[in-house]
Amino acid sequence: MKATKEMAARDRLGERHGPFDVERIRADFPVLRQQVYGKPLVYLDSAATSQKPQVVIDTVAQYYLAENANVHRGIHFLSEQATRAFEGARGKVARFLNASEAREIIFVRGATEGINLVAQSYAKGRLRAGDEIVISAMEHHSNIVPWQILCEQTGAVLRVIPINDDGELLVDDYGALLGPRTKLVSVVHVSNALGTINPVKQIVEMAHSREVAVLIDGAQAAPHLAVDVQALDCDFYVLSGHKVFGPTGVGVVYGKAHHLEAMPPYQGGGDMILSVTFEKTLYNVVPFKFEAGTPHIEGVIGLGAAIDYVTGIGLDTIDAYEHELLVHAADALSGIKGIRVIGTAKEKASILSFVLDGVHAHDIGTVLDQEGIAIRTGHHCAQPVLQRFGLPATARASLAFYNTREEIDALARALHKVVELFG
Amino acid sequence: MSDLRELYQEVILDHNRRPRNFQKLEGANRTAEGYNPLCGDEITVYLRLEDALIKDVSFQGSGCAISKASASMMTAAMKGKTVAEAEGLFETFHKMVTADLSITFDPLEVGKLAAFAGVREFPVRVKCATLPWHTLHAAIEGKPEPVSTE
Repeated sequence: MKATKEMAARDRLGERHGPFDVERIRADFPVLRQQVYGKPLVYLDSAATSQKPQVVIDTVAQYYLAENANVHRGIHFLSEQATRAFEGARGKVARFLNASEAREIIFVRGATEGINLVAQSYAKGRLRAGDEIVISAMEHHSNIVPWQILCEQTGAVLRVIPINDDGELLVDDYGALLGPRTKLVSVVHVSNALGTINPVKQIVEMAHSREVAVLIDGAQAAPHLAVDVQALDCDFYVLSGHKVFGPTGVGVVYGKAHHLEAMPPYQGGGDMILSVTFEKTLYNVVPFKFEAGTPHIEGVIGLGAAIDYVTGIGLDTIDAYEHELLVHAADALSGIKGIRVIGTAKEKASILSFVLDGVHAHDIGTVLDQEGIAIRTGHHCAQPVLQRFGLPATARASLAFYNTREEIDALARALHKVVELFG
Repeated sequence: MSDLRELYQEVILDHNRRPRNFQKLEGANRTAEGYNPLCGDEITVYLRLEDALIKDVSFQGSGCAISKASASMMTAAMKGKTVAEAEGLFETFHKMVTADLSITFDPLEVGKLAAFAGVREFPVRVKCATLPWHTLHAAIEGKPEPVSTE
């Protein structure tokens, strides 16, 4: 099965884009051309934030060099240019997620703000004391805490879908959790701590059979998998720009138009109104109703450039290459004494969480850092899922399409050094 | 590996492998909990304090080699010290793990704790080294709320 998948992946790589030339890709990422403590930087922390291709950096610089103006306001040349670029990026995001209309795309600061927006604007008015919100045991804090705040505000109750020892969602248990009081399901697409790819289409279908809306947290999915919100039929989908090779401080909420039409504004201010008097204010149309204040213009335009870059390579190509890398990594790491991989789901994206017998994750991180290797250590802002595995922390190597097999081998060599030092 | 050996000195690795006073203390009259939310480290310090004298001290918890060895060596150094001596040692230790590299410390004053001088070169690890000390300080003061490094 695995071999077949790999062969299919290689076929896809070969047929559609020629051999995947990782060195050519790496040349697009200036930050990767540096040494750390005299050793080549090995960046294995893309799940925390991805590196930026030159074209994104250039696009942001060009905006400030030649195009800077506020959007949706001025009638002058520059403002029109900036508005066109800004709204052009909205169209790019809509096509990237296969939304049916660009107005279903709202720009926010990141996936976190997106979830807070859905919690406060969509869910709050629908909840009564005793109603239930369903999340999973593998959520990032950003898909836990906004719901806890909402529960405090409304008296609603949080229900949690359990997972098995491989880090896979227990779908039958999820079905059993859906009840007459369930008002919303909010589940992560790809787990940042485990790499698990959740069966989100099935999750949506099961909720919809009970007329319950579903939010998908796609922060870790968007950089790795082709996302089609119409095929998923989800009600909301959120992502963070900086994880898909774009700037920090910009994110996206996709929402079905009929939901967005019915929802009250999230924040008040300029740009989200049609007219204001002290007696009555008329709100602007979707999506502007949700975008109070001057937005993160260069962030949005930069995100548009990042999406062009990623779609230029092709998400299927990226998925196939990263799958090969992940298989190689699992193999290279299996030889390390005392290693245990946390998150062994059958469907998994390019995240490798692991622990070493008798060595704390932070000590692993420090030794690897001295070798020029950047990984994340700790609880990955997902403490409950680590508690599920009885761990205070793990080490996490997260891969992107600019990583190489040689970098994985460097990771394995450095881990042997860790074992030698602490063994 | 030479820089790493500055941080992970043999005495630190030894205390990490075989932490001393690593148990709940029977007859403790003070305890305090400490957390490092950044990395999930947690520690409980147990103290038997009599007439401003540390009669006995122990710890439990989970953490990295630096925090575990720091807790282990701290408890070993603290037994029999007066509260004033303990606070003085904390001050010296804190200086040692945060001070400029050019500053040296009197080996007579810091003893085996000199092993932690290398932590200065790893700023992100300073909190690992100081968490047990902050927690002991809280136990001495009898503060009810847990200590956090953030």
